[in-house]
Amino acid sequence: MNETMMIAGMAFVTFGIRYVMFAMAGRIRFALWFKQALGYVPPVVLSAIIAPLILMPQGYIDLSLANPYFWAALVAAGVGFWRQHLLTTIVVGLVCFVLLKWTMM
Amino acid sequence: MPSSKFTEFINGAKATIPMIIGAIPFGIIFGTLAEPSGLSIWGAMAMSLFVYAGSSQFIAVGLLATGVGPVIIIATTFVVNLRHLLYATALVGKVSHLSQGWRALLAFGLTDESFAVVNSRYLGRSDTVYAHWFFLGSIVAMYSNWQLCTWLGIGLGELFPNMTNWGLDFAMSVTFLGIIIPYLRNKPMWLAVISAAAFAMVLQDLPNQLGLVIAALSGICIGYASQQIEVRIGLHKATSGVIKATSDVIKSTSANKGSQ
Repeated sequence: MNETMMIAGMAFVTFGIRYVMFAMAGRIRFALWFKQALGYVPPVVLSAIIAPLILMPQGYIDLSLANPYFWAALVAAGVGFWRQHLLTTIVVGLVCFVLLKWTMM
Repeated sequence: MPSSKFTEFINGAKATIPMIIGAIPFGIIFGTLAEPSGLSIWGAMAMSLFVYAGSSQFIAVGLLATGVGPVIIIATTFVVNLRHLLYATALVGKVSHLSQGWRALLAFGLTDESFAVVNSRYLGRSDTVYAHWFFLGSIVAMYSNWQLCTWLGIGLGELFPNMTNWGLDFAMSVTFLGIIIPYLRNKPMWLAVISAAAFAMVLQDLPNQLGLVIAALSGICIGYASQQIEVRIGLHKATSGVIKATSDVIKSTSANKGSQ
C-alpha cells in the first residue's frame, strides 16, 4: 500500500513537472530571473548527484589509484571536452572503468 | 521536401542509440537494487513504467533502503526532476500546435536523454513539420529499452545477489558527466557546477538526501549570482585589467632585477 502510494506520488510529480509547460502551450511566462536561474538546474543537479559517487565511493574523498570511479571519470571528462561527443565519452568512460576494476581484482 | 513521419520516427530512435548504451547498465543496476532496498518486483517494474525517471528512481531506491517514508521520497523526486521544467520550457514552442494528447505523451517521455537528442534535432534543421515523430521515436526507443533493462536487472538480481558490487552504477555517473560537459561554457556555469559538487560531498552525511537538495539550491544561487555580477560590473573587463596589471608588475619587477 505504502509502495503504491509512493510510486503514484513520484509518477504524479514527475509527469506534472514535465507536462505543465506543454499543457499551457506557452501561456505561462516566467520572469527573466527565474528562467536564468532555471538554466543552472540540469548541470547543477546532475553534478550534485555524481560528485559523491565518483570522488567518494567509500564514503570519504579518495583520489588514489584504488578508486576506479575517479580515474575513469577523469579520462571520460578529458575525452568529453576534447571530442564533444556523448557516445564516445560514455563508451571510453565505461571501458576505462571496467579495465581499472579488472586490473585491481 | 519534409521527411515522412516514418523516417522522422526512425531517425529519432537512431539518434537515441548513444543514450541507450549509457542507459543499459543503468537500467539493469536499478532492477538489481530493487530487492535489496525492500522494493517489490512489481514496485520496481511499476516505477520504470509510470515514473520513468532514472536518476530519481535510483535515489528513491537508495532512500527506501535507509527506511525513509514515501512523503520525503516524493519531495526529493520533485526537486531532482525540477530540471525537466527547463527542458519543457525550451521545447514548448515546438509542440504547442499539437493536440493535448500528443503533448501529454511527449511530456511523459521528456527525459534528460530524449531532451538532449530532440533539442539538437530542432536546433539543427528547419524542416520541423513531422519533428514530433522524431521526438516520439526517441521516447519509444528510450522507454522500451528502460523497461527491458529494468526487467533484466530484476532477473539478474535474483540470479546474482552480489551484482550490486560490480560497480555498474558508474554508467549513470558517466552518462550524467557527458550531459554536463556541453553546459560548461562560461565562468558562472563552472562555479555553479563545482560548488554544487563540493556541497554535495561535504553534506553527504545529512539524512534524507538533504545534502543533495541544499547542494543543488546553493549551486543555482551561486551560478545566478555570479552571472549577475559578471553582467553588472563586466567581469571580463575586470579580469583582463587584472591580468594586464599583473603582467605590468611582473615586467617592472624583472626590469628592476635586471638593473640591480
